[in-house]
Amino acid sequence: MTVSFKGKSPSRRAFLKGAATAAGALATAGAARAAGDPLITEVQPWASGFGDGVDETPYGLPIKFESDVVRRNVEWLTADTISSINFTPIHALDGTITPQGCAFERHHSGAIELAKEDYRLMINGLVDRELIFTYADLERFPRVNQVNFLECAANTGMEWAGAQLNGAQFTHGMIHNMEYSGVSLRTILEEAGLTKAGDLKDKWIYVEGADASSNGRSIPMEKALDDCILAFKANGEALRKEHGYPVRLVVPGWEGNMWIKWIRRIEVTDAPVESREETSKYTDTLADGTSRKWTWVMDAKSVVTSPSPQSPITHGKGPLVITGLAWSGNGAIKRVDVSRDGGKTWAEARLAAPGQKMALTRFYLDIDWDGSEMLLQSRAMDETGYVQPTKTQLRAVRGLNSIYHNNCIQTWWVKESGEAENVEVS
Amino acid sequence: MLKYLNSLTAITLATMAIATAADAGPFGLGRAATSDEVAAWNLDVRPDGSGLPVGAGNVEDGDVLFADNCASCHGDFAEGRGNWPKLAGGVDTLDHDDPLKTVGSYWPYLSTTWDYVNRSMPFGNAQSLSADEVYAVVAYILYSNDMVEDDFILSNETFLDVEMRNADGFIIDDRAETEYAQFSAAPCMENCKAEVEITMRALVLDVTPEEEDAEAAAQEQSAPVSKTKAEAPAAAAPVVVPVQESALDPGLVAEGAKVFKKCKACHQVGEGAKNKTGPLLNGIAGRAVGTIEGFRYSKSFQELSAEGAVWDDAALAAFLAKPKAYAPKTKMSFAGLKKDSDIAAMIAYLKSVSP
Ligand code: HEC
Ligand code: HEC
Repeated sequence: MTVSFKGKSPSRRAFLKGAATAAGALATAGAARAAGDPLITEVQPWASGFGDGVDETPYGLPIKFESDVVRRNVEWLTADTISSINFTPIHALDGTITPQGCAFERHHSGAIELAKEDYRLMINGLVDRELIFTYADLERFPRVNQVNFLECAANTGMEWAGAQLNGAQFTHGMIHNMEYSGVSLRTILEEAGLTKAGDLKDKWIYVEGADASSNGRSIPMEKALDDCILAFKANGEALRKEHGYPVRLVVPGWEGNMWIKWIRRIEVTDAPVESREETSKYTDTLADGTSRKWTWVMDAKSVVTSPSPQSPITHGKGPLVITGLAWSGNGAIKRVDVSRDGGKTWAEARLAAPGQKMALTRFYLDIDWDGSEMLLQSRAMDETGYVQPTKTQLRAVRGLNSIYHNNCIQTWWVKESGEAENVEVS
Repeated sequence: MLKYLNSLTAITLATMAIATAADAGPFGLGRAATSDEVAAWNLDVRPDGSGLPVGAGNVEDGDVLFADNCASCHGDFAEGRGNWPKLAGGVDTLDHDDPLKTVGSYWPYLSTTWDYVNRSMPFGNAQSLSADEVYAVVAYILYSNDMVEDDFILSNETFLDVEMRNADGFIIDDRAETEYAQFSAAPCMENCKAEVEITMRALVLDVTPEEEDAEAAAQEQSAPVSKTKAEAPAAAAPVVVPVQESALDPGLVAEGAKVFKKCKACHQVGEGAKNKTGPLLNGIAGRAVGTIEGFRYSKSFQELSAEGAVWDDAALAAFLAKPKAYAPKTKMSFAGLKKDSDIAAMIAYLKSVSP
């Protein structure tokens, strides 16, 4: 990959800013011993005057102090920003649900504006009845709720050849996790009737979006009838346009490209279509030049989100919260281990809540940091017994050219200063 | 009014649904798709060629079509331009570092090329080529990859004669067999390795975009119209501001800035703007057509330029509404702005970006 971008690293500046704040806090604490903290001893404007009235913000955005917690893109990755990607600021989030407004976007022809009234869903092919649904029709089917992560198959894909991007947002931010409400895909397929399809074992569906990229993917019928949903709400409110308003497909545990946005057509077929996104792209080339196809499942993976390059330690030694995210497309996360010495020794982290199938799991390791260097790693295990591999293990099987499905253990080098850097270790 | 019209269509559609109610699913929702509707959307083409329309196109016509519709991004010989995808070359590189994956070196099925070009290209003006044109363009891509001779005619009949080089280059996901067992050993907790050394650092490579801090971002948000950086106006030498510019409605300009996202794939404006797929557009309003230095315009544009055409409001409005109607052979593969309000906003915006 050619690298044309030059610039200062974010960590340095984020760190300096953090350090300044820390110094400020120390000075204030020092002053407090003598006279008391003016934030306490003096009446502050917000404790005296008014805040905003209830008619100020009909729909609220994060407070201005959080305006750096936003999606970011990497300009040199793509020729333009229309068919491109940005990254979720996972280094600055906590819990497991990703707010829609900062959940990463990947479009192949831009985020389109499609009104509910203009929305149509067609089901055709080997079905008993070729049908058209309006948005209003879809709302009349029995509804389901489901929390699922969506990970782009290319997440961490820039890191195959070595440590490259300096920040969890950039190395691991092609992921989000939302609570979806919608209709089970099975319900819709049964409405069209699958008798004509005969034996369902070797049948497929082809799903396609309404935007100009015409992104389409083939999905085996077994998965289609299992846990996929046609979602219209995420985290309680309508999908954002960049995530496929008014309706997108949710394919739990499988690569994000299959989660067709603005879904307009479902065709029941007797073979995969072999579209561009399942041949030219989303196929994984091995060292000998052959390529794997149909690598749909996202294997177990985890990353420490803080401390990390964009989220350095600014408070010095003492109590420190190490935290991160873990997930698996093969089921629920069972356990996450954290190493502070680059993988020599490991300690079991605390899961904030028991892992759920195909959803993000938050983990914490609360330590008393002695101020010495750390090589921080996390390692996820899922309910199948699969243990997240090292990059060395993955490279031994796949080589360096597979682009997709890099679920290796990530290392952050946390220095005595509290700054952190993306590194690779032996 | 719009709502009312929509409910009218809904009623018509409901009537159609009643016609097929006897054959309804468990919930009786939705309506039967008409055969014209299915034909309009069911465009995908399979490896065996099923789904292909009847038609044909030759390499020579493909060459011309490619130059007009595709070369601005993919290069005259499909070799790619800048960061845009390369469609030719890369044979025998799949087992090398950084393999070059193209229609010639990587794609296993010709159906995929036909289908993708037909439904998704040209970028920004998808589904604008006729079936015969798609056959011709695909024939040219094959020719650029040395896969056919220059007298080749691609048609629904010759389609299966083309051999794809990497047809046998794929295996079905075998992670369950080749990886899952070895990645499922009981995890080591103590003394897992003797030495740990840092072997590579991201900071050495230094390719991460720089972050603006919160304050800067907040400031940028509170400055709604001007997207130029703070230094620009202060340091600028006395500029003669055209009268009409001061009369620009800032709201309209801001609207136009939003609409300009549709143009950004090809055009740059502002300080340091360069010619990309399309010419830079600083000071384009009022300027003579086709006169940005260093840009290779289409024949249509060269003719307009020779005739002395100027980008006044009317010309801009006509061109932006339907580029191909204004200049039939223009290289600008863009369908046009549909809404009059978008066109008005765009013209205001173009006027606001000074030379
Ligand atoms: C404005 C620039 C532009 C123009 C003009 C354009 N393309 Fe593309 N083309 C792209 C981009 C961008 C992509 C990648 C899109 C994506 O990944 O979502 C692409 C992808 C492709 C691909 C798939 C490449 C791959 O390796 O997967 C083919 C084939 C293709 N274009 C053919 C054409 C043809 C034929 C034309 C003319 C009829 C054309 N393009 C016009 C920008 C352009
Ligand atoms: C797919 C690429 C592409 C897109 C998208 C695109 N343009 Fe263009 N544009 C071009 C090219 C190429 C030309 C040169 C036309 C020629 O030589 O035929 C051009 C020419 C122009 C010109 C005339 C420039 C001159 O020097 O005479 C204007 C004005 C213009 N474009 C405006 C726009 C606006 C406004 C948009 C968005 C609404 C837009 N274009 C979208 C590619 C594009």
